[in-house]
Amino acid sequence: MKYKSLVSINDYSKKEILRILDLAAEFEEHPQPQLLNGKVVATLFYEPSTRTRLSFESAVNRLGGRVFGFTDSSSSSVTKGETIKDTIKTVSNYCDLIVIRHPLEGSALYASEEATVPVINAGDGANQHPTQTLLDLYSIKKTQGTLEDLNIFLVGDLKYGRTVHSLLMAMSHFNTTFNFISPKELNMPDEYKLHLDKLGLKYYEHLDFTEIISRADIVYMTRVQKERFSDPMEYEKVKNVYVLKNSMLENTKSNMKVLHPLPRVNEIHTDVDKNKKAYYFTQALNGVYARQAIIASILGLK
Amino acid sequence: MKKEGKQLSVSAIKNGTVIDHIPAKNLFKVISILGLDKFDNQITFGTNLDSKKLGKKAIIKVTEKSFIDDDLNRIALIAPEAKLNIIKDYEVVEKYSAKLPEEIIGIAKCVNPKCITNNENVTTRFLVLSDNNIALKCHYCEKITDQEHMEIQ
Repeated sequence: MKYKSLVSINDYSKKEILRILDLAAEFEEHPQPQLLNGKVVATLFYEPSTRTRLSFESAVNRLGGRVFGFTDSSSSSVTKGETIKDTIKTVSNYCDLIVIRHPLEGSALYASEEATVPVINAGDGANQHPTQTLLDLYSIKKTQGTLEDLNIFLVGDLKYGRTVHSLLMAMSHFNTTFNFISPKELNMPDEYKLHLDKLGLKYYEHLDFTEIISRADIVYMTRVQKERFSDPMEYEKVKNVYVLKNSMLENTKSNMKVLHPLPRVNEIHTDVDKNKKAYYFTQALNGVYARQAIIASILGLK
Repeated sequence: MKKEGKQLSVSAIKNGTVIDHIPAKNLFKVISILGLDKFDNQITFGTNLDSKKLGKKAIIKVTEKSFIDDDLNRIALIAPEAKLNIIKDYEVVEKYSAKLPEEIIGIAKCVNPKCITNNENVTTRFLVLSDNNIALKCHYCEKITDQEHMEIQ
């Protein structure tokens, strides 16, 4: 079977998503430190993303594979003007799998077309970051026991946030009810709402969530960034509306969990961290299992 | 102005291809997409001719050359009403209408400045989303370029 790169979450069917999540659970329960013996993975990070890179490197190391690469473009031949194509063609000779992070959108797909080994997209600008989505799904499944029929709250920047867009696309396989909570300037784009309309899934838009948070199974927080507003006054007006505080969690469901792709700035108050419903740090750990599952699956070892 | 048929604005050709109903403003883009600027054949064209459908239209006549469907489809993006007539001995022997292909390769430019195709030497590739109000979805960055922002390379 020809290998399959993972560039966009839309590359994976519902069945494939569920297979990856089962594999992630298997790795969590039974670590397999020898599985990647003799395999070499390249991590090409054209922009720094410490968290994502370390998570990938941890995943490979814990499976017994080896990793090499660069951590930002200033320490590679990119500074000499080498094109992505040339770098990818060359690095393909040295490894079994390429993990690429690049600020330009579509770069990972282009890399996968030029590479002679499979490619995993670790973020291409504002476009896609599929491994983040799979670890989000794994976190949701693990905490809720299922992905079906959940009520998901997406909070914050829903216009530019690629993680919420990919999560929406992936969760739309599972009869999800969505609640979108964002300032007007950062509403969920129409194309995603149209997608849900087509599937007949329910979604609701709100400007605030203190009154309705008791209905949530998952609250997925993202950061509202000042630079997204053309009028700074607008930002000042809304900046405190999208901050989650411990007191807001009082009447929430017992199974409810708070997720965040990290890094957090101030959108989740630190007083939430001790609450059992705060899940974002465990979510980061789940990233290692999810990436192990993706790597093992792409290399045909599982 | 006299209507075509009575007296032709662009003289008839004996053998070759006539491409009619091109929007006048896109004539030179059509010439460039078809590579006519690099042809040795005799080519005549007229532009800003009156047209009921298009307001101002352009017409191109290329002697001793038969274009095929594929060529016509490549210009469908900027000349969706275009008609192609193959002429033999002053008679129209075959007619084609432009039809948008499902995928457009290497003609249009992606609207997203952060798209890889605008930053490295990558051939653009788009999925055509609709026939009426044409929009192109970039194969690489997944952003949509609508008619208003469409640029031909």
